[in-house]
Amino acid sequence: MPIVDYKVPVSVDEAVIMLKGCNTAVKILAGGTDLIIQSKPAGSDPLTVVDIKSIDSMMTASIDDEGLTLGPAMSCAELTARDDIKSVYPGLIEAAYLIGSTQVQGRASIGGNLSNASPAADTIPALIAIGARCIIAGPDGERVVAVEDFVVGVGKNCMAQGELLKSIQVPPPEAKTSDAYLRFIPRTEMDIAVAGAGVSITMDSEGVCTAARIAIGAVAVTALLVPAAAAALVGSKLEESALQAAAAAASAASKPISDRRGTADYRRHVVGVLVKRAVSIAAQRAQEQ
Amino acid sequence: MKNNNEAIAADNYKYIGTRSIRPDGFEKVTGRANYGADLSLPGMIWGKMLRSPHAHAMIKNIDTSRAEALAGVMAIVTYDDFPGVSSEIVAAGEGTEDLLDLARNLMADGKVLYHGHAILGVAAISKQIAEQALELIDIDYDILPAVLDVRDAMAKDAPILHQTMFTKGLSETPTTPSNVASVVELKKGDILAGFAQADIVIEREFYTPTVHQGYIEPHACTVRYDEHGQSMVWCSTQGHFDVRSTTAKLLHMSLSKLKVIASEIGGGFGGKTTVYLEPVALLMSKKTGRPVKMLMDRDEVFKASGPGSATRNWIKVGARNDGTITAMQGKLHYEAGAFKGSPARLGGMTAFTPYDVENMFVECFDVVVNKPKVAAYRAPGAPQAEYAAEMIISELAARLEIDPIDFRLQNVAKEGTKTIYGPKLKKVGLVECLEAAKNSPHYQQPLKDNQGRGVSSGFWFNIGGSSSVTLNMNRDGTGTIVEGSPDIGGSRASMQLMAAETLGIAADNFKTVVADTENIAHNDGTGGSRTTFATGMAVVEAAKDVIRQMKSRAASVWSVEVDTIDWVDGVAINIDSTEKLSAAEICATADRTGGQISGQGNINARGAGPSFAVHICDVEVDKETGKVDVVRYTAIQDAGKAIHPSYVEGQYQGGAAQGIGWALNEEYVYNDKGILQNPGFLDYRIPLASDLPMIETVIVEVPNPAHPFGVRGVGETGIIPPLAATAYAVSDAINAPITDLPCSPPNVLAVIQANS
Repeated sequence: MPIVDYKVPVSVDEAVIMLKGCNTAVKILAGGTDLIIQSKPAGSDPLTVVDIKSIDSMMTASIDDEGLTLGPAMSCAELTARDDIKSVYPGLIEAAYLIGSTQVQGRASIGGNLSNASPAADTIPALIAIGARCIIAGPDGERVVAVEDFVVGVGKNCMAQGELLKSIQVPPPEAKTSDAYLRFIPRTEMDIAVAGAGVSITMDSEGVCTAARIAIGAVAVTALLVPAAAAALVGSKLEESALQAAAAAASAASKPISDRRGTADYRRHVVGVLVKRAVSIAAQRAQEQ
Repeated sequence: MKNNNEAIAADNYKYIGTRSIRPDGFEKVTGRANYGADLSLPGMIWGKMLRSPHAHAMIKNIDTSRAEALAGVMAIVTYDDFPGVSSEIVAAGEGTEDLLDLARNLMADGKVLYHGHAILGVAAISKQIAEQALELIDIDYDILPAVLDVRDAMAKDAPILHQTMFTKGLSETPTTPSNVASVVELKKGDILAGFAQADIVIEREFYTPTVHQGYIEPHACTVRYDEHGQSMVWCSTQGHFDVRSTTAKLLHMSLSKLKVIASEIGGGFGGKTTVYLEPVALLMSKKTGRPVKMLMDRDEVFKASGPGSATRNWIKVGARNDGTITAMQGKLHYEAGAFKGSPARLGGMTAFTPYDVENMFVECFDVVVNKPKVAAYRAPGAPQAEYAAEMIISELAARLEIDPIDFRLQNVAKEGTKTIYGPKLKKVGLVECLEAAKNSPHYQQPLKDNQGRGVSSGFWFNIGGSSSVTLNMNRDGTGTIVEGSPDIGGSRASMQLMAAETLGIAADNFKTVVADTENIAHNDGTGGSRTTFATGMAVVEAAKDVIRQMKSRAASVWSVEVDTIDWVDGVAINIDSTEKLSAAEICATADRTGGQISGQGNINARGAGPSFAVHICDVEVDKETGKVDVVRYTAIQDAGKAIHPSYVEGQYQGGAAQGIGWALNEEYVYNDKGILQNPGFLDYRIPLASDLPMIETVIVEVPNPAHPFGVRGVGETGIIPPLAATAYAVSDAINAPITDLPCSPPNVLAVIQANS
């Protein structure tokens, strides 16, 4: 990758101007844990890199009555150390904690994981489950896109050149709501999800599930929100039959491929198992509130 | 970390058996140690191999004109640059190799035989330009169907890899070429009579996939060709003398004109006993007059260095109701990769050797397929065959309702047992290992829900071979041990301990140096678990030579006969006068008593004692996902005598970890065109530290009578038992038979679903 220009904006506005004005291919650099390994050897086309880590708002996170505002380039290591965020969105933190190794988490970011748009990205189902939205800045102002609509294909997101993922916002959860993320890998760490499930569950005081969002990863070209799985849970006390129905709905919604990481049949089966288990974890967390 | 280590057998050694600090440890942890990729020379250029994108194809035309026109490209070398190669069997690693196959594996001769097969080499002034040049080379291929499994390779209408290969070992001389390179039969007793005596017979076919040794350091070398006979190779290897002999042979050089220096080595496990880059780099250096450096990328290591054979092994065992095994039979099919030479025969020799059974019969098929040429991998050939045999043994014990350790003890091989390959076993320690297993805290521990337990024995021969050592005594009485065995397992520390014990001088007075091919006589490579055994014996010989000289010098100082001199704790004592001279005093005055003192130990070691092992594995299976967790693991093995117990335990643990990986997740994944899908550590899944419990170890010591300290090689046996111990534990947990490795989650779930 012959980088012909390396730019370091200090504000979102400056970044948008730089991105728009670029006459070569351009890549946004946050932690670089995907970008650098995707780099091609000498001889490929010239590239401009815009490093956004000097934009303060991209590197911080705040949580209050308005919900969570997350700087997309903040490192996962910083994020996972934030107990105030973990207490509200434990599933999101679980997902962030699964990206790469401890060393990689010192650089990797949620915005990078999202924008890289891998079908197997761990944080995307977790973000979808908690209803996260992407705030995208561009030459014509800002727009808001739900995370489930942000990723449009393998390695593709909805942003045009000149646009920048400025922040990720999550509305404050209802009472007795919690989330969980589980992924399946053949080993214990350092691996890519064979399947993943992010869920958010709201319970009432009677132990009835009143709301749910179920998202699955690594089983289709993009992470999928599965309303049918949520519908199978709402109104139930999360009995085995309801869990099985949610699992079956998730398996049915999946459109996996067979590759070196698992067969389509296996992924379809395991994603249901993960949904079932993640729902139980999230429900328990919700009821402990 | 919990560790249940104990040494069985008492002795009176002063230095042997202590846990001295590893002499090479400091350099390695501080980053000062120099590995294969660490040497750069003035004027050096870079070489890269162009590799086949196809598994099986004829090369119709190679056009290098665009690459040659690229600024910075210095030379292109192909098979035709070898100065004439003919078929000749040469020593390599733990066995032998055909020089012609070796050459055609280094660079294809008109036909590519696997995905990643090297076709030509480009030398350029930078690595980047060399890589760019590879993309400018145009090759016309005539693509042939790929043969990826022994079944396909042995099918009647199979595409033939080598039109000149006719099966060896058949009763009738074949008239048509075949993908079966050879068939070997091994037998003992009367197999049919044996099965006739059996009350119960179990037979199954087992599959093991292609696996890689997974050493962390990729192959690398820096070379300089010199027309006046000063050529040099610096490389990461287990055997620099073998690198020298094969390279010199290929390039028609005499041994004295090529120096090979072994760098520090970041793992080998048998995979660094042959050459992939060095002769090609020398050809480039010869053409350009420049030093040349070559490094493999990780994907090249997976695609084109030698993995371990995939196998399909059918095993049949019969026993009487009282637990006596009456017959053991096997039909073993080993993939050799693209060129003949799988360790099928070694599989046949090892499969049943833990058992004293009258009637045995094994057929071993060496089969070529469109995959990389296999290389040695830690006890080459044994894990696959013993896996299949031990799975059947465990199943038989369960069917007979006999404890699996008792069943093994009832039929155990011991001193005097005649092996299927001929000789009788000398003193061995399998009984002691089985008893230690039975008495271990692990074996007493009850299992929980969803857990299962597997037990497996393992046998490996070990080898001796040629080792040369010089022990140079310094003027202050310290010594430098000059050996020629690359240290891949802590052997430098063991050499110090053996020199110390022999001379009665504390171990930290010795430094061990792994010399290049010019500074010590020939040494066979580090392989076959031979180094501590054979090179250790050479150290003892050299140390004894030093003692002889020391005594003679003391005798001359005191003007007495040498037989009145005793040597105790590093001091010469005049028996008559009780006068004493320490080693330091003798060395300090050596010039006045006849010159400097230097001991020599050049031997061809015989009598390598086999090392038997018994492993116990507990797993827990997630029955909804098929995922297997190893929850407890114990490795018990006969070391003969553990010179340095920490490194013996390290070998047991490392072997267990590699074998567990083989059992659980490691496999080469090819698509139907023979393109390797997982050439990297992300998707070729070796176990991580977090995947394994602390591997508990028990060192059993049944001394090898052929070694001065009783040493048996310990490096290889440890990888054999984990396959069956782990896979049988999975079988036990899910109550269904496992036959195919790996026990990866999708494979295990499929077995669970098929049996529910």
